[in-house]
Amino acid sequence: MDVTWYLVLSALLFAIGAGGVLIRRSPLVILLCLELMLNAGNLALIAFARAHGNEEGQVFALVVMVVAACEVVVGLGLIVAMFRRRLPLNVDDMRELRG
Amino acid sequence: MEEVAFFVGAIGAIGGAIAVIALRNPFYSVLALVVHLVALAGLFLILHAEFLAAAQVVVYAGAVMVLYVFVAAYVGGVEEPIWEPIPGQRLLAPVLAAALFAELSIAVLGTALTAFDSEGPTIQAGFGSPAAIGELLLEKFLIVFEAASLLLLVAAVGAIVLAGRKQEAS
Repeated sequence: MDVTWYLVLSALLFAIGAGGVLIRRSPLVILLCLELMLNAGNLALIAFARAHGNEEGQVFALVVMVVAACEVVVGLGLIVAMFRRRLPLNVDDMRELRG
Repeated sequence: MEEVAFFVGAIGAIGGAIAVIALRNPFYSVLALVVHLVALAGLFLILHAEFLAAAQVVVYAGAVMVLYVFVAAYVGGVEEPIWEPIPGQRLLAPVLAAALFAELSIAVLGTALTAFDSEGPTIQAGFGSPAAIGELLLEKFLIVFEAASLLLLVAAVGAIVLAGRKQEAS
């Protein structure tokens, strides 16, 4: 299989994730869509590593996984904090910081 | 054989991704994401990223998704209102996503880099094994490795500060 196939698949997954962020309004599902986008990036990085026969891209993907885990922990902490304070779990209602 | 495995993995990944954004119940979205991640781990295996495939299943589909399941069960179903702040947002969003996909595809298919039109160079036996990745992490990318561990510590402390109960009500 050509590496191009993997790159096009990764572009498609990234686009699906970006569309999900635009469509859904629940912060939990938006976090899930961010995971989709990060994993699309991971797939592209690993495909690049294969294309160049070099493992450094895989180390990059591992670091992306670590950053994604941190993002999940902080994001879920925010969602739990919003739920505890009885704020609406809807990103359109949380717009006080909008300029 | 490899083509069959690729298309099975790709269909699983795309189906899981579409299910994540299409299902109304966040709990089912999380389960769809698990399907997506396991399919992606299969694709990583085809690309000879064995350690990353294992890490994807154990860390991502295992640990991180359990965290999501707990929070989805704690928060419960969130009803999404019909009201939209930007008119036509739900119709516009798929168009924008399709445009993004077309743009990325043009960039990938139109590139002059000839390395992408082949399977990639032949690789030796230990490519992507835990030993090879660990050697790179501890020799060439040691600072990145330490920074990642520090970032994980900061994130854990931050989550406790954000979600923990206040001792005195202010």
